[in-house]
Amino acid sequence: MKVKQISIFLENKKGRLWKALNILRGAGINIRALYLADTSEFGILRLIVPDPELARKVLEENDFAVKMNEVIAVELEDKPGGLASILKILKDSQINLEYIYAFVHEKKDKAILFLKADDIDKTIKALQDSNAKILPAEEVYKL
Amino acid sequence: MIWNEEMECISRDDLEELQIRRLQDTVKRVYENVPYYKRKLEENNIYPEDIESLEDIKELPYTTKDDLREVYPFGMFATHRKDIIEVHTSSGTTGKPVVSGYTREDIEIWSEVMARGLTMMGVTEDDIIQNTHGYGLFTGGFGVHYGAQKIGATVIPISTGQTRRQIEIMKDFGTTVMIFTPSYGLYLSEVAEEEGHNPKKSQLKAIGFGAEMWTEEMRRELERRFNAPAFNIYGLTEIIGPGVAMECPEKDGLHIFEDHFYPEIINSKTGETLPPGKRGELVITTLTRIGMPIIRFRTKDITSINYDECSCGRTLARISRITGRVDDMLKVRGVSVFPSQVEKALLKVDGLQPHYQIIVTRPHLMDEMEVKVETSPEIFSDDIGEMMELQKKIEDYIRDEIGLRVKVTLVEPKTLPRSEGKAVRVIDKRKF
Repeated sequence: MKVKQISIFLENKKGRLWKALNILRGAGINIRALYLADTSEFGILRLIVPDPELARKVLEENDFAVKMNEVIAVELEDKPGGLASILKILKDSQINLEYIYAFVHEKKDKAILFLKADDIDKTIKALQDSNAKILPAEEVYKL
Repeated sequence: MIWNEEMECISRDDLEELQIRRLQDTVKRVYENVPYYKRKLEENNIYPEDIESLEDIKELPYTTKDDLREVYPFGMFATHRKDIIEVHTSSGTTGKPVVSGYTREDIEIWSEVMARGLTMMGVTEDDIIQNTHGYGLFTGGFGVHYGAQKIGATVIPISTGQTRRQIEIMKDFGTTVMIFTPSYGLYLSEVAEEEGHNPKKSQLKAIGFGAEMWTEEMRRELERRFNAPAFNIYGLTEIIGPGVAMECPEKDGLHIFEDHFYPEIINSKTGETLPPGKRGELVITTLTRIGMPIIRFRTKDITSINYDECSCGRTLARISRITGRVDDMLKVRGVSVFPSQVEKALLKVDGLQPHYQIIVTRPHLMDEMEVKVETSPEIFSDDIGEMMELQKKIEDYIRDEIGLRVKVTLVEPKTLPRSEGKAVRVIDKRKF
């Protein structure tokens, strides 16, 4: 149920994002989803990759500060209101989201939403109780 | 004009005779009254009666800032505490500050040397002096104040800050002499112009500045902006405060008041005494201080000394303007900062590696200090809010340590330069 995500600290400096991604390219790691959060001075790059352990290893070998954490992947209807319906479930269960990002699934009419919440187990339960479709990690890595 | 012609134009022979007498007296007093010095002299197997000529000063042990800290607060006093009528402390350094205690006689010496210096700048009893140096534990404000009062000039003890008020008073009171740090002076002139007051049209006849490193370019800029000559003031709390050495109109070095402060220039590594003209560390022995005499104080300031008679008529030796430090101390906005203080602050943050770099710039007249800190996997969080809080926390810790707000920038691990294990800790982009 929980999908491993790696977060990488990046300075807001020319070439840093490229350097991180180039290391992953060198290790033959393909990126499934990506989200870059930034402030005026630094950014945090969040990645979903098929082999998060390997990605962490190669990045750390190249002196990047990396954190491994867990997010939830939810399959959505790719239509107006799809995302809103999931957010309503979370709101009603009083769950605080740290951040979300979404991308369109290759499956027709589907999108995938990645959720980071402070209490991941409570979030999974709330989503399951409302019959939202949570994707298993293996399926996400294989996308 | 010369304030004290007898002393300031004394012949070298007469001066040396006075100096040796005063040195002998000082050594005797510290040996008898300051347990710390008694022990130190005994450890070095030197006794007051061994001082027979000025050359013998080389046999005396040095006094460092650490020595002064060790006896915090009053351990260096050579008189009863009740005879001390004023205390000051050195500014923002690691650990305990250095306390300087003054008897009534010491305040008189301080007033005398500052009166000599202000007279070099052309100050007379007709002048109105606006003293923007801080009044308080810092010696800057009071030193200027005492000297100006000795001369009989009118002092405006306005202290630092309130820039708009400074400008208004300067204009309304008809200030003729300004005392400030170079960077504050430049800032003041800018604000004055914004306020529609041209500092060039003021009645200023002289500017005294100190407490910061500066360049000849900066002096010329100040002189141009205020249309008045600017004079350098040197001093340090451990010795007395401002007034140890000051510039005469020749502006070719600062006359050190050798009848009160005995200067030596040494190679800071070997301790060898350097000949006139050679640059090295300035070491000062007080010759007349009563409350807190100091033997061979290592100032860590780099200068050279010149014993040639000056065209102004004074015979007192001149030191060149201070161009550097023996240690890694920085002066940022007039505040002393050691990289070790920054390191100490960083070590308070769990998981933070003390890999940092200090960058000092003067983007727009005022000094700015940035501290780059490497993140580590331990402190890195996926949460932006937490990372920004961390940045703020480091800034707060550094401010608690050095007394200045700095900008902290988090950088990626192992991106700060390391050279043979010893990192380049400080990049000072200001031009001195």
